[in-house]
Amino acid sequence: MRAVISVVGKDQVGILAKVANKCLEFDVNIEDVSQTILQDMFTMIMIVKWTTSQEDFVAFSEHMQNYGKEYNLSIHVMHEDIFNAMHLI
Amino acid sequence: MINNNKILETINMIEAENLDIRTITMGISLLDCADSDIDKSCEKIYQKVTTKAKDLVKVGVDISKEYGIPIINKRISVTPISILHSVSKGDPVKYAHALQRCADTLGIDFIGGYSALVQKGYSGSDEEFIKSIPRALKETSNVCSSVNIGSTRAGINMNAVKLMGEVIVEAAKITQDNNCLGAAKLVVFCNAVEDNPFMAGAFHGVGEADTVIHVGVSGPGVVCSAVRSADKNLPINEIADIIKKMSFKITRMGQLVGQEASKRLNVPFGIVDLSLAPTPAIGDSVAYILEAMGLDECGGPGTTACLALLNDAVKKGGVTASSSVGGLSGAFIPVSEDAGMISAARSGCLTLEKLEAMTAVCSVGLDMIVVSKDTTATTISGIIADEAAIGMVNSKTTAVRIIPAFGKNDDEDLDFGGLLGISPIMKVNNTSCATLINRGGNIPAPLQSLKN
Repeated sequence: MRAVISVVGKDQVGILAKVANKCLEFDVNIEDVSQTILQDMFTMIMIVKWTTSQEDFVAFSEHMQNYGKEYNLSIHVMHEDIFNAMHLI
Repeated sequence: MINNNKILETINMIEAENLDIRTITMGISLLDCADSDIDKSCEKIYQKVTTKAKDLVKVGVDISKEYGIPIINKRISVTPISILHSVSKGDPVKYAHALQRCADTLGIDFIGGYSALVQKGYSGSDEEFIKSIPRALKETSNVCSSVNIGSTRAGINMNAVKLMGEVIVEAAKITQDNNCLGAAKLVVFCNAVEDNPFMAGAFHGVGEADTVIHVGVSGPGVVCSAVRSADKNLPINEIADIIKKMSFKITRMGQLVGQEASKRLNVPFGIVDLSLAPTPAIGDSVAYILEAMGLDECGGPGTTACLALLNDAVKKGGVTASSSVGGLSGAFIPVSEDAGMISAARSGCLTLEKLEAMTAVCSVGLDMIVVSKDTTATTISGIIADEAAIGMVNSKTTAVRIIPAFGKNDDEDLDFGGLLGISPIMKVNNTSCATLINRGGNIPAPLQSLKN
């Protein structure tokens, strides 16, 4: 399954590296990355592919959320279906 | 794949605008638990509910984490208990304790169905059952109760209307140490729906399948923010279009969660109830939506028109987004649960009479209204009768959830905390209707009931 990792927060050195490293740690494949900086606010959207179990995914999602808090970043990991359901007919 | 703006829009809806799935409600039929021995019947209920719903909370939490969408409550609705009580007789409160035991074991938020359907008259032990409601609500914490006293097809059972006035007063009085919470867990309905996932009025209708999953979505904050960002000179029909689009998106999310829950629990999917259910959180208010449409304060002239448009647009937007829309679907206007309503009630702009008019065009009725402890049972019955008449004639659901504030002076607030919120005590027109209420009998069904 695919998921969306969104990262929003004040720009700082190494955000992309931090998140990408975590993906490696949890064996998550990054398929696409886009990022912008608007008035000092860093916004990154990462599309990732997930191959292991649902339980692991939930653990990864929780881990990333807490990890983001350490660096004052709002990180969300969400199943892509929520976006498809809401925005695609 | 979706573009980044859409992804950020969804995240913003959840993070900043309080979008959530208000409830996943599992409806469970208890008809096969009926037994002439009340203790056996209670045990069968416990076994069935705790078996069928054993994974409900876990699945709710998992979906919430996986999809990143908050699911606030996990609830259960059951067959109206008065039906089982008619078979078993005995102390009906035993059933309430059995339901509470289920809630404790499963860790769910509410269990609804301590209910009776008496729109045309009492059958079996209905009257005894209804009289037990205050005690049942006092002795349990997660059990909710409802009574249907009228319908378009049947008319209004005025004997039950009279009794419910007394039951509401009693429920509030004996729970006054606990902010009169008993009355906040009790709804009186006209045209009650059988697949409602929202509390306190949820019960599992006898025409429903054995077990189903219903989902109640919420999202006044999302709609409010969209309406607020619209140009002030935009014609009102274009505001309706904005609301429809938002409602569509919200409902699609509800549909997704409902289907996923249904698949994981291996229980058929029932309906999405696409109600705008406010919470006391700032920004999660239906009143604010009405104000964003162009009112200085909710309750003033124009309020009913705005609410009519909102209620209709929510339905139109949502109905094509789900395989099955049901329940109450529309806009809720519970006073104590809505920051905008609370402030309008406090300022005096929103009155009980205006709320009554609003209930003619929104999804339910007079909801979470706190009145003086001196309000008589017959006056409350009069309010119920008025509200039921609106529902009966307009072929819609109406309800009354009114809380006499025992233990409070008229200038004090009643603070329930949590989702139930806080409310000032609202003024009631105390002109007596005792003679009418004491007549009893039935208000005959209106002509529009004869559709065949």
